[in-house]
Amino acid sequence: MTTNASTTPDVKITLDKTAAPKKKHFWQKSGFVKELVKNKAMFLMLLFPFILVFVNYYLPMFGVVIAFKNFNYVDGFLSSPWSGLQNFKFLFMSDTAWQITRNTILYNLVFIVLGLVFAVLFALALNELRSKFKAKLYQSIIFLPYFLSWVVVAYLVLAFLDPNGFFNKTIVNLFNLQTVDWYASPDYWPFILVAVNLWKNIGYGIVIYIAGIAGIDQEYYEAAILDGASKLQQIRYITIPFLVPFMIVTSLISLGNIFRSDFGLFYQIPMQQGLLAPTTEVLDTYIYKALIMSGDLGMSSAAGLYQSVVGFFTVLTANWVVGKISKENKIF
Amino acid sequence: MKAINKNVSLGLKNKNESLSLNSISPTANLVLNVIFTVYCIACMAPLLLILMVSITDQTSLVLNGYSFFPSKINFDTYRYLFSDIEKLLRAYGVTIFTCVVGTFFCVLFTMLYAYPISRKSFKYRNFFSFFMFFTMLFQGGLVPWYILYTKYLHLQNNIFAMIMPAVMNAFYVLIAKTFFTINLPDSVLEAARIDGASEFKIFYKIVIPMSTPVIATIALFSFLGYWNDWYLCLLFINDPKYFNLQYSMYQALLSLQFLTSSLAQVSPGVASELANVPGETLRMAMAIIGVGPIIFAYPFFQRYFIKGLTIGAVKG
Repeated sequence: MTTNASTTPDVKITLDKTAAPKKKHFWQKSGFVKELVKNKAMFLMLLFPFILVFVNYYLPMFGVVIAFKNFNYVDGFLSSPWSGLQNFKFLFMSDTAWQITRNTILYNLVFIVLGLVFAVLFALALNELRSKFKAKLYQSIIFLPYFLSWVVVAYLVLAFLDPNGFFNKTIVNLFNLQTVDWYASPDYWPFILVAVNLWKNIGYGIVIYIAGIAGIDQEYYEAAILDGASKLQQIRYITIPFLVPFMIVTSLISLGNIFRSDFGLFYQIPMQQGLLAPTTEVLDTYIYKALIMSGDLGMSSAAGLYQSVVGFFTVLTANWVVGKISKENKIF
Repeated sequence: MKAINKNVSLGLKNKNESLSLNSISPTANLVLNVIFTVYCIACMAPLLLILMVSITDQTSLVLNGYSFFPSKINFDTYRYLFSDIEKLLRAYGVTIFTCVVGTFFCVLFTMLYAYPISRKSFKYRNFFSFFMFFTMLFQGGLVPWYILYTKYLHLQNNIFAMIMPAVMNAFYVLIAKTFFTINLPDSVLEAARIDGASEFKIFYKIVIPMSTPVIATIALFSFLGYWNDWYLCLLFINDPKYFNLQYSMYQALLSLQFLTSSLAQVSPGVASELANVPGETLRMAMAIIGVGPIIFAYPFFQRYFIKGLTIGAVKG
């Protein structure tokens, strides 16, 4: 009985396979067209979003060839004359290429390390507060700056650092300090930008790590209490080890994006003061300024392609390493 | 040791009880509370400072600089600003339009894209997933994109230049796809299919109502993105008619000319009085008017935002 049941369907299938080609219409031959007919609703749903993605993301990808061209608006993408590697030669022979690469990478590294340390510390502390109401309230207030635009943050920073601002008129008097012309002193800006970035984005990291802590099974803590573990020991041996995969994955994803920076932070906060460029110029602001302000399409597109290509490999590498550590957090 | 044993025996009876006994010492609690209070003040104080500057009297401002406690308060700045209310309302109008239209299309298109690629029955789901997520890996960069928008699509000084670029975002599609894969079992859809419902009817009657949490999350993200956007306006708009709120604030930050020149045009009488209005308070008043709605709406939406973030955080 069992053997019969398992053999008969097989026979049927082979019969179907041999019979099918004779009946097939032309559109059934191609797998894609067949699928198109079968799932036409799915394809219709995808149609408009697909076109939009193609126009917005894929057409510019073909446009990267202009980095190898002497582009002008009249001739356009196709007929502008080729210039080989000249744009790249100009870019990398100048000091700017080194300066903006260094700034981009160093700022990002500091953001990643400090962002991680402070977010984890704050999340751990918020989790231990006795009043859950207060913990929620603090978290909400710390999250607030994340929702402000960089323009608003630039206003806030200006109110403190303006020659007429809170620092130069009030703090200076209180502590008997020297006034500082902040917007003309590049040396202070790495600290200012790091502080401003942390202030604005820390709330986001805290939310992620609090969610991570909430996911830890309470039984581990109960077992630890049984063994007489102190609060600090519980954090050291239970909470932190559970958060480590989280920390690694988020840091790796940020490391993958080390060549991309937050344009708003570096463009709005220093208020485009030329004197501050040595310590505040990053790849993104340089590309923007070369394109819009000096109209130097060659340099700008060369720097853009440099950023895209190196960024592509860093993201790919980061994603590969993430995959080695935890498969489910891999994006591709 | 005795104390611990007591905790344990209580803990076994009642979980909550054990947790409260396991909390930190009152001193540690106090120290943490002080630290958080100080840090929270640091989060709010800058906003308070610009509010105070905007209502500081000019003479007091020249004398004492920006201060949390101005010696003399004066609301003239707001009177001047509101005498040119039309310009502000226009900027608000542009921002609200881009927010509403942009968020609508962002949610709709994200759902329409994420649903098919989350279905196992759809053979080409991997191709379309890759097509979307590849944009996270590699981008053409600013220059070709800018030339495409201005020279070929002719979107300069077009309000849709501030909407189109942010409609499709790989990150939102990833969130929605993850949600559909986990929360939308094929069996439910199959039942509807057997009842003879068309794919679009299933999408409209079953998929959309079942995915309200993820719709709310993406709508919030998207709305906030449009509300806070100045970058697209900076790139593509130079006609003051289409300046959005953030960009108007940016203009006011850069040059007081932006504010004062238009005031003088509105009523010549104002021009002579302008000498009495310090540009700095005018500038800060502009910031207050721009940031006000976010601050007022914040207590209501932040809960949903945190919830939404944790949906997204489940997967990267």
